[in-house]
Amino acid sequence: MSNIIQVGMADMKMARVPDKLITMGLGSCIGICVTDRTKKIACMAHIMLPSSQQAKNNNIRAKFADTAIEMLVEEMQKAGANTGNLIAKIAGGAQMFKFSGQSDILKIGERNAQAVEEYLGKKRIKLVAKDTGGNYGRTITFDVETSDLLVKTIGHGERVI
Amino acid sequence: MDELNKLSTVQLDALREISNIGAGNAATALAKLINSRIDMNVPRVNILQFTEVPDLIGGPDIPVVGLYLKVSGDAPCSILFILQVEMAAALADLVMGRDIGTTNHEEFSEIDISALMEIGNILAGTYLGALAMFTGLSFTPSVPALGMDMAGAIIDVILAQFGEVADYVLVLETELKREKQGVVGNFFLLPDPGSLEIILSALGVDVFE
Repeated sequence: MSNIIQVGMADMKMARVPDKLITMGLGSCIGICVTDRTKKIACMAHIMLPSSQQAKNNNIRAKFADTAIEMLVEEMQKAGANTGNLIAKIAGGAQMFKFSGQSDILKIGERNAQAVEEYLGKKRIKLVAKDTGGNYGRTITFDVETSDLLVKTIGHGERVI
Repeated sequence: MDELNKLSTVQLDALREISNIGAGNAATALAKLINSRIDMNVPRVNILQFTEVPDLIGGPDIPVVGLYLKVSGDAPCSILFILQVEMAAALADLVMGRDIGTTNHEEFSEIDISALMEIGNILAGTYLGALAMFTGLSFTPSVPALGMDMAGAIIDVILAQFGEVADYVLVLETELKREKQGVVGNFFLLPDPGSLEIILSALGVDVFE
């Protein structure tokens, strides 16, 4: 029996084959899936903000792109993954609202996506697929067995990346 | 940091009372607009972890219409009015004087969208009017932004603004109900970090116990 493990907002979970990881309702947030395909282990994080550096409160590491990616690597190592084998797939980072006179905070999706790609690069994790941007929400499911990331939307189709 | 958990009963009661009056005014305005009776529940004052907020409206992946207004002034905050898509379509019909069911909730026209935005304007304006009278503070709402999508996706960009300073958020929530139709929508007021103290102090209950 395979379980579907839910990842909440500012949360991170690990899964082994045959389980799946799911996170629902990604708007400007980003779902980061990191997997070791030979060991069939994966971790998913649901981050909200690009960086913990300016934050006054950074207790929850899974909330920020930089600390969440550090955490993903640590967790994968603990679970027995080979850090040289890690690959990543990401989705989310949309801009949900548009105001005239846009403030930075509303472009948070774009900044999140940039930050995630930058920190994945720093940790030498290869980004193999992404589905970011747009102005719509996403629910994503990662299958540890196949490394397929299923992206569901409302009114913008369904795809596997 | 997360001093929200230290709010006293008196402070929570004061917050509940202002949201009661604010939402009461908003409900009356909506009732007049669609010429139908609107009921509301006793407002809830919730101190929630971010993850829990989407559950207030039935889960992160249910489709909703969200009207979001950024409020500037003495105590900046965010206002969010969340409606189930079917109910948003019904509201658009009511405001436009059409039979309910005319609007397809999968395809809102520009007129429907501007009708819904106007509802957002009116609700926020009346709510803030009451809040301003009570506190003597000034509140200026932005033009509403409308989003139609998964509840989680609508909410996360708003929560992201709080994310840098807090792990918890204070949510003043009121459910508006229409006769026989159940819940119309949920009205949320989320004070920005720092604004809560200003509001509490204006209400004369500013001492953290």
